[in-house]
Amino acid sequence: MGNYAIETVGLNFNFGNQTIVKDLSLQVPKGSIYGFLGPNGAGKTTTIKILLNLLKSPADQVFIFGKEINSNRIAILKRVGALVEQPAIYGHLTGKENLINRCILLGIKKTKADEMLALVGLTEAANKKASKYSLGMKQRLGIAQALISDPELLLLDEPTNGLDPNGIIEVRNLMIELATKHQKTILVSSHLLAEIERTATHVGIINKGQLLFQGTIDELHLLSKPMLEIELNNIERAGAFITKAGYDIIAQTDKKITIPFTSSQKSGELNTLLIQNGFTVSSLYQQKKDLENLFLDITKTH
Amino acid sequence: MRTLYISLVSEFYKSRKTLAFWAAILLPVIISGLITFGFYSGSEKILGFHYPPMVLWAQYSGAALGVMGLLIMPFYVIFMAFSVNNIEHKNDTWKMLFAQPLNKFSIYAAKYLYAVFLIFTCLFLFASLTFAFGHLLQVLVPKYNFDQYNPLNLLINAYAKLFLSSLGILSVQFILSLLWADFLKPMGIGFVGTIMGIITANVGWKYAYLIPYSLPTLALRIAKVKKGADPLDFPVFTQEIWTSLIYAAVLFIIGYFIVTKKSIK
Repeated sequence: MGNYAIETVGLNFNFGNQTIVKDLSLQVPKGSIYGFLGPNGAGKTTTIKILLNLLKSPADQVFIFGKEINSNRIAILKRVGALVEQPAIYGHLTGKENLINRCILLGIKKTKADEMLALVGLTEAANKKASKYSLGMKQRLGIAQALISDPELLLLDEPTNGLDPNGIIEVRNLMIELATKHQKTILVSSHLLAEIERTATHVGIINKGQLLFQGTIDELHLLSKPMLEIELNNIERAGAFITKAGYDIIAQTDKKITIPFTSSQKSGELNTLLIQNGFTVSSLYQQKKDLENLFLDITKTH
Repeated sequence: MRTLYISLVSEFYKSRKTLAFWAAILLPVIISGLITFGFYSGSEKILGFHYPPMVLWAQYSGAALGVMGLLIMPFYVIFMAFSVNNIEHKNDTWKMLFAQPLNKFSIYAAKYLYAVFLIFTCLFLFASLTFAFGHLLQVLVPKYNFDQYNPLNLLINAYAKLFLSSLGILSVQFILSLLWADFLKPMGIGFVGTIMGIITANVGWKYAYLIPYSLPTLALRIAKVKKGADPLDFPVFTQEIWTSLIYAAVLFIIGYFIVTKKSIK
């Protein structure tokens, strides 16, 4: 238990009769970036709220830094920073005032507010009313609020929501920097596999309140078998030729053939082979399964 | 205690740019100002009545107290209870507030106390401005005899009663505003309650004092009815005040249990 920043043991949570989280056993190692992946309504936000004790969990099911959450609420919250759903911002206050208010609540120096504004690139908008901020700016301010207490554990609920590509890259780099240079543990939720793949060291996949997969990013890659899609002419004959050459065809349309991807070298060899045999290959690329297919895969095997 | 203090400072910091906060200052300034202007511009008519100094003070301060006690005060309290909670409903910040390493009781108590503080500030300003403007009138219209009677006792007693008798309403409205994010529900219930309170208080129903909304009216009415050696020297802690304080205390505790059970969805 000592190695986990977050551990839930068979966590169950209901809203009335509706089961939101079912037998969830998260294990988030210290220092990891844990990608918490699942479609909308899978129970990600509910889980994060439970981890913040905003929703009360049954006793002895949720442990943060090895401590039971209900009996150590304040001690745990001191070490946690969070961004849940839309950032919680007072619209009538400026960005800076929002951060100063947080400093007051946390009993930390108000100069920290300027530091955080600089970190998330809001220095110029510091004295603008937060209600006039764009969605992306609000999201940055939310991240600044989560970081202001310099917490050991960060819970970020879809932090790149509403950010432009530049902003997404910045948040991504910030997360990697926080984890590698400052040894923070980050739990980041998303419904986009591609987003999680770029940053996370560990992944948990949740669907309908149940954890379907949990492991390192490499273990996930083993699961999401990539495909090789080949677009070429004379597709009928090509199909027959590829099968004869000893490859399994997964799918074939009138434009492209899909076979399992093994390695770049093998793909190259097949390409050469096709060209040598008179086929015109217009494109040949590795296609990873999207989240939807991965879900189907994982639900099938579980 | 430290968390309570921190939460109170934060409440002030958050609200200092809102209408709720400024209402506590503007309301007394505007109303006292208007009444004073009335006494200044209509001074000849008022002087014609040849009021003794005590009655003059009673007329002058009664103008503000009457308006306040009957109508504005209940609605002002409803508005304060609403705005202290609405700042979190509107910005969807309850979750942030309760995810801070602060105990929930302090967060809740700070909100309640801040609403009490705003009402106190408002009434304190009313009393002070009545006193100050009365003396200002004396300077502007030397024929007045404001300087021949010290109204401090009258003002302190009356406004203390108004303040204490409004705490019952505050607690009811505080819980309503805590439960509902919209303005109409607490406002509607408060409106009906206030009307009911005024009616029951004025028809002299035996159990009117059990309705929190009727307490400010009752508290002030009794002040006028009592006749003794000095009609303006009346006791502060009467039945209405005790009822109000009991309501406030009980509902404050109930409110806390609502907060701890409140699921932040």
